[in-house]
Amino acid sequence: MTPPPLPDSLFALTLVLLLLAPLAIAGVALINTGLGRSRSAAQSLLGSLAILAVSVLVFGIVGAAFTGNLPGAAGGAGRTFLLAGKPWNWLGAAPFLLGGLASALPQAQLALLFQFLSVALLGLIPWGSGADRVRMTAGCAIAAVLAAFLFPLTAHWIWTGGWLAQLGVNFGLGAGFADGGGAATVHLLGGLSALAVIWIAGPRRGKFPREGLATAMPGHNAVYVVFGCLLALVGWLAWNVAGAVLWLHGTPASLALTAVNTLLSASAAVVATFAVTRIRFGKPDASLCANGWLAGLVASSACAGIVSPGEAIFVGLIAGIGTPLLVEVLELALSIDDPSGAITVHAAGGLWGLIAAGLFAPQAGQLVAQLVGIATLLGLVFPLTYGLFALLNRFLPFRADSDGERIGMDLHELGGGAYPEFVIHRDESYR
Amino acid sequence: MKYAGLLVMPAGFFLAIAALLLFPAPGLRAAFVVCGLAVEAMGLAVAVRGHMEARGEHQA
Repeated sequence: MTPPPLPDSLFALTLVLLLLAPLAIAGVALINTGLGRSRSAAQSLLGSLAILAVSVLVFGIVGAAFTGNLPGAAGGAGRTFLLAGKPWNWLGAAPFLLGGLASALPQAQLALLFQFLSVALLGLIPWGSGADRVRMTAGCAIAAVLAAFLFPLTAHWIWTGGWLAQLGVNFGLGAGFADGGGAATVHLLGGLSALAVIWIAGPRRGKFPREGLATAMPGHNAVYVVFGCLLALVGWLAWNVAGAVLWLHGTPASLALTAVNTLLSASAAVVATFAVTRIRFGKPDASLCANGWLAGLVASSACAGIVSPGEAIFVGLIAGIGTPLLVEVLELALSIDDPSGAITVHAAGGLWGLIAAGLFAPQAGQLVAQLVGIATLLGLVFPLTYGLFALLNRFLPFRADSDGERIGMDLHELGGGAYPEFVIHRDESYR
Repeated sequence: MKYAGLLVMPAGFFLAIAALLLFPAPGLRAAFVVCGLAVEAMGLAVAVRGHMEARGEHQA
């Protein structure tokens, strides 16, 4: 299915938006750093930069070929098999090393740029969850696996004419799986990757003592976290509007609504989290409110181009109420040590946004299309991700040795701290 | 136990795909896709439980 050609003005607008979208990456990197410990801050931020670079390189050399945006796979071609008389397009087949990029349609080039940014953001999500214990080389290797294989596979299925995008044409399920802003390809995949990394690397030392409740390990810099949220807003607005143009084929009239819905969803989410944490703890919690804000943005990634403003507020409210509750369940009941809250924010937020897009879409069958897409990511891509990461961990252990955790990842991996004038003190939470 | 849970999850995915191929009626199709998701949720629950048990043994 060939998308309609973009008018020049819309092309220019989308390009400008995509040049603003990296602010979302900067925001997430700052949030990850602020939610980690002070003795791992430089490693966290340098790791984010390294992961961004590795993701982009690996995607450009290998991954883009399997995503299939460029000539060779244009118009949804690629590797297809027939099952029950229907074509199942399962893998893109573009040239390696971005061959044909210069001669590709401008719209295909924009789509490729969108995917480059998506793969860079994706790599940062498991990195935040592995904060304070995962080595930088392991973080880069995880990002490389995501960029070379897992992201291209899902991005092709959902964005570039793959079988999930064709659910509408082949099975009459609405407009096919809808994911304008990367709620599935970036956030759900990233959140599930984060869960796999946490399971493999294990919790931070002292997080879950033999007796008693989990130890609280608050983030070291609330200013980074909240400023990261504000930066992320700019990037997210650009991301969702550009995604609505490229993947939902939105008209100019619908683009401002997409941006308004993004803003409403995030605002409703942070207000809801503020209220829940105030009721629950007596005072609002900065890091949980930041997670709520981000969960609202993530949920809007799926549905901002589809829902009405009232529905966007509802989506944000549910995301904001659910975030602090799920963070608590994961930590206290399920022994999952997720410093950045990626599973709650990205996996659960993305999941809710994708369901909401199906619930509120005008087309019949859209909800079933969304559920099939979710079933694919959860039932097929997650076990595959865990298997690949477990294999990778055999050759390149994710976790730093206990000395690294004790002195901090900055000194261990970089030989110097982010705040050299601070005295490193013994952590009382170690038992 | 964690691996058992992870191996159950693809069964849910194949159930969702089977629903697309076998049931043209929207109601039945939706019901089977939801069943597929339920199987995946059970697999995930088993994997989470396996993770917690493994952590408990490690701590003991």
